[in-house]
Amino acid sequence: MPKTLPKEYYSMLEEIQAIDFAITELNLYLDTHPEDQDAYKQLTELSEEKKKLLKPFEQKFGSIRADGIDDHWTWSKAPWPWQV
Amino acid sequence: MWVYEKKLQYPVKVSSCNPQLAKFLVEQYGGADGELAAALRYLNQRYTIPDKVVGLLNDIGTEEFAHLEMIAAMIYKLTKDATPDQLKQAGLADHYVNHGEALFYSNAAEVPFTATYIQAKGDPIADLYEDIAAEEKARATYQWIIDMSDDVDLNDSLRFLREREIVHSQRFREAVEILKEERDRKKVF
Amino acid sequence: MAKNQVYTKSYHPYHSPDDPCPDPGEKHYSTPPHLYMGFQPEKLPQFSPKEALQKGTLWPALYDPYEKNQKLKG
Repeated sequence: MPKTLPKEYYSMLEEIQAIDFAITELNLYLDTHPEDQDAYKQLTELSEEKKKLLKPFEQKFGSIRADGIDDHWTWSKAPWPWQV
Repeated sequence: MWVYEKKLQYPVKVSSCNPQLAKFLVEQYGGADGELAAALRYLNQRYTIPDKVVGLLNDIGTEEFAHLEMIAAMIYKLTKDATPDQLKQAGLADHYVNHGEALFYSNAAEVPFTATYIQAKGDPIADLYEDIAAEEKARATYQWIIDMSDDVDLNDSLRFLREREIVHSQRFREAVEILKEERDRKKVF
Repeated sequence: MAKNQVYTKSYHPYHSPDDPCPDPGEKHYSTPPHLYMGFQPEKLPQFSPKEALQKGTLWPALYDPYEKNQKLKG
C-alpha cells in the first residue's frame, strides 16, 4: 500500500487546482467572448503560472500527465485522484 | 482526442461514513440530468451546430467529464469501506447483489442509464435550449441532494458543482445570442 | 448574504384546513444571477483564483450561494 500523502500534497495540489479553474473559467468565457484581449492575456499568464506550479509538485508527487517530465515513470502509480 | 490530468477539478472530501448519500449521488452519475448525460449530450451536438459555438459545446462537454469523476469519487469514498450490512441499511442491497462494490450508470432509483436521456434534434436553437434546461435541472438536483445531506464536506463539493451549472447555463444563453446574431445590440434576453 | 435574497423568490400555496401537515409557510425557489445578466459584459470584477475555486466561479456577479433547505427557509 502506498504511504499516506503529506499535508503538503493537498496544499500544493489546491494551488494548481485554483489556477487551473481560473483557466477553465476564462476558456469558457473566451468561447463566447473571443475578442476580449484582456481575458486572453490573463489566460496565457495563468497558463505560464500553472507550468511553474506543476514543476515542484510533479518532482515531489509524480507526473500529473502521462507526458509529464520526470526522471522516471511515475504517472501510473497510485494513489489516483478519487483515492486521495 | 483528450488528455487526462491526474487530479480532480475540485477537492472531494467526505466526512461521514454514510453510504445512503451514495444512493442519492448516483442520480448525478447515471441519471437523466446527470453528468454523464450532460457530457454525451454536448459532445454529440458539436457536429451539427454552427462553427462559432462548437468550441463552447466541446469545452463544457469536457468539463462535465471532470464533474462525472468528482461524483464517482464521492460515491467511491462513501461505499468502498462499507459492509454489505451497511449497504443494505442504505437501501443499496439490490445494487450490491448485481454489482458488488462497482459503480454503475443508473439513477437514484436504479434505472439504468439510457441514450433516450439525450435529445439530438440537429436544430441549433432546439439543442441549445435543451442544454440550458439540462443545466437548470442539474442545478435543481444538486439543491435537493444538498437538502438531503448533512455532510458538510460533501455539501461543499456539491455547492461547487451547483455553481458550475449556473456558469454553463450563462454560456449557453450567450451561445443562443451569438446564433441570433444579436450580440452587438446588447439586448437583454 | 443580503444579496442572495434577490436570487430567491417565494410564494405561499393555499393551505386547506383539512391538510394533514402543518402549514410550513412560504416556499422558496432560486432565480440565480445568470437569469438577469444578459450577455456577460467585459472586465467584470473577479475573485482571486483561490476564492474562485472555492466559490465555483471566477466572477462575483455569477456567484449564487445555496443554503441547505433554502426551499423552506429562504
